[in-house]
Amino acid sequence: MSTHQLPEHPDFLWHNPEPKSSYDAVIVGGGGHGLATAYFLAKNHGMTNIAVLEKGWLAGGNMARNTTIIRSNYLWDESAAIYEHALKLWEILPEELEYDFLFSQRGVMNLAHTLGDVRESIRRVGANKLNGVDAEWLEPDQVKELCPILNISDNIRYPVMGATYQPRAGIAKHDHVAWAFARKCDELGVDIIQNCEVTGFIKDGNRVVGVKTNRGTINTEKVGLCAAGHSSVLAEMAGFRLPIQSHPLQALVSELHEPVHPTVVMSNHVHVYVSQAHKGELVMGAGVDSYNGYGQRGSFHVIEHQMAAAVELFPIFARAHVLRTWGGIVDTTLDASPIVGTTPVENMFVNCGWGTGGFKGTPAAGLTFAHTIATGAPHKLNRPFALERFETGALIDEHGAAAVAH
Amino acid sequence: MLLISCPNCGSRDETEFHYGGQAHVSYPENPNELNDREWAEYLFYRDNTKGTFAERWLHSTGCRQWFNMLRDTVTYDIQAVYPMGAPRPSTAVPAAAEAGTASVAADSTTTGTTAPGTSATSTSPGTTKSGITAPEGATK
Ligand SMILES: Cc1cc2nc3c(=O)[nH]c(=O)nc-3n(C[C@H](O)[C@H](O)[C@H](O)COP(=O)(O)OP(=O)(O)OC[C@H]3O[C@@H](n4cnc5c(N)ncnc54)[C@H](O)[C@@H]3O)c2cc1C
Ligand SMILES: [Zn+2]
Repeated sequence: MSTHQLPEHPDFLWHNPEPKSSYDAVIVGGGGHGLATAYFLAKNHGMTNIAVLEKGWLAGGNMARNTTIIRSNYLWDESAAIYEHALKLWEILPEELEYDFLFSQRGVMNLAHTLGDVRESIRRVGANKLNGVDAEWLEPDQVKELCPILNISDNIRYPVMGATYQPRAGIAKHDHVAWAFARKCDELGVDIIQNCEVTGFIKDGNRVVGVKTNRGTINTEKVGLCAAGHSSVLAEMAGFRLPIQSHPLQALVSELHEPVHPTVVMSNHVHVYVSQAHKGELVMGAGVDSYNGYGQRGSFHVIEHQMAAAVELFPIFARAHVLRTWGGIVDTTLDASPIVGTTPVENMFVNCGWGTGGFKGTPAAGLTFAHTIATGAPHKLNRPFALERFETGALIDEHGAAAVAH
Repeated sequence: MLLISCPNCGSRDETEFHYGGQAHVSYPENPNELNDREWAEYLFYRDNTKGTFAERWLHSTGCRQWFNMLRDTVTYDIQAVYPMGAPRPSTAVPAAAEAGTASVAADSTTTGTTAPGTSATSTSPGTTKSGITAPEGATK
């Protein structure tokens, strides 16, 4: 199977095995993070008697719904380390997975619209440089040069006062990323089991020893939760709590257009981010709906708000049409940073809290989470992201770099 | 867009309101006695219920009063609206019956006599009438 290359797809990239009665480890959730975790468990730790259980179809959750922005320009050392590691992995993964998922390093711009934004952005560029992350501060005329369709005039409600720019950032084909991981997992012997919903856990004292599913009970030595928006629901089944709130997050696409938008533009302040997909759709994301929700849909006013911002920043978008809108359920934490580590239940591990921006983190989440599951101890990159930080107070506040935007 | 019945003003668009997260989280009675774990629970841990959820809303561009609401976080159906300080209504009562109570009537301006938040012990007109007096947390 390893010889298959794009654009020719084999009929099947992975098998659909029946669940076995027992595994060395079970990963709950077949999104990007679950698949990447299984891949690194098999590849780096030789754990191949493992299964990924997915209640729906493979990568049909947030992995299918995100706007695919990849960047690593976060403020704090801990975040810069894990996201930059992820970015370095993105740079080598197409070759490693033998699958060109069109990782396009077209750069990402984060606009500044207020004096506060400008100060925060310049500070972040400095922090990024100290951490070896490529970052630049752009004045409005440089912004215009890189993205000519942006309106930089000063008579709009929130004029563009500059931007941070990360040239190595970009976008990738999310579905193909999932399929690339799934195919390699399958080759390495991992069972990918779709339509298999975890409905409970079997514990011996405080140790997890099995999972209950709609397709029967499966014994397992270890469980890794990669359920994104449903993490709290699974934690509750297992008997512990997570500091997570699930919110709807929406995105949309236009019809296909000629290439007009050469990079990725994000604005935290006016809540919109835009890129143009390889095929030509304008892909735009909004802010989260304020209320807790599991409905994979949000309110229309959020989209209206996002469109108003998009049209003001990109006047030519007034001629485009909204073709489709959709929502995912994102798992947010109070410090806008993920949780990757052990749980109060023995042999159960959790990877969640990536919220609105976990696509970019997929390879590093998989790498570090696999390490934690295999060894029972954190990898140096995910140690700061343990659940304990909410007790010690060592929060990693990335609201400036992460909040609405990805 | 949710259509939310403010107990004081009646049905208004969601955009007039501000979300306040989980309801019925009270300040620790003896803060000095909490350990780090308990403080973390109070500060950072909130229920993230899939299904009926008791939550706070503020009618920020209307009467500027807080109130509580029971809402299904999957269907987004609003099942009950009740004052701050009132116990959570029982969800054993079917949503249809709930919808008929005064507190969630589409234009409930006439039931707004019990302003939310004015008295910690007052119960909403709706909750007493239909006899749903489950103590806080009992149905959680
Ligand atoms: C609209 C939108 C835009 C986004 N844009 C970006 C972006 O531009 N850049 C970025 O970095 N991030 C972005 N994100 C965030 C990113 O998509 C997520 O952080 C990331 O996909 C989460 O990891 P995942 O892929 O494993 O999640 P998911 O794909 O959601 O995987 C979780 C899986 O768990 C399964 N599951 C849940 N419960 C059970 C159960 N009981 N049993 C079995 N399986 C279960 C679900 O069905 C699901 O498939 C965006 C998200 C959304 C919704
Ligand atoms: Zn009101």
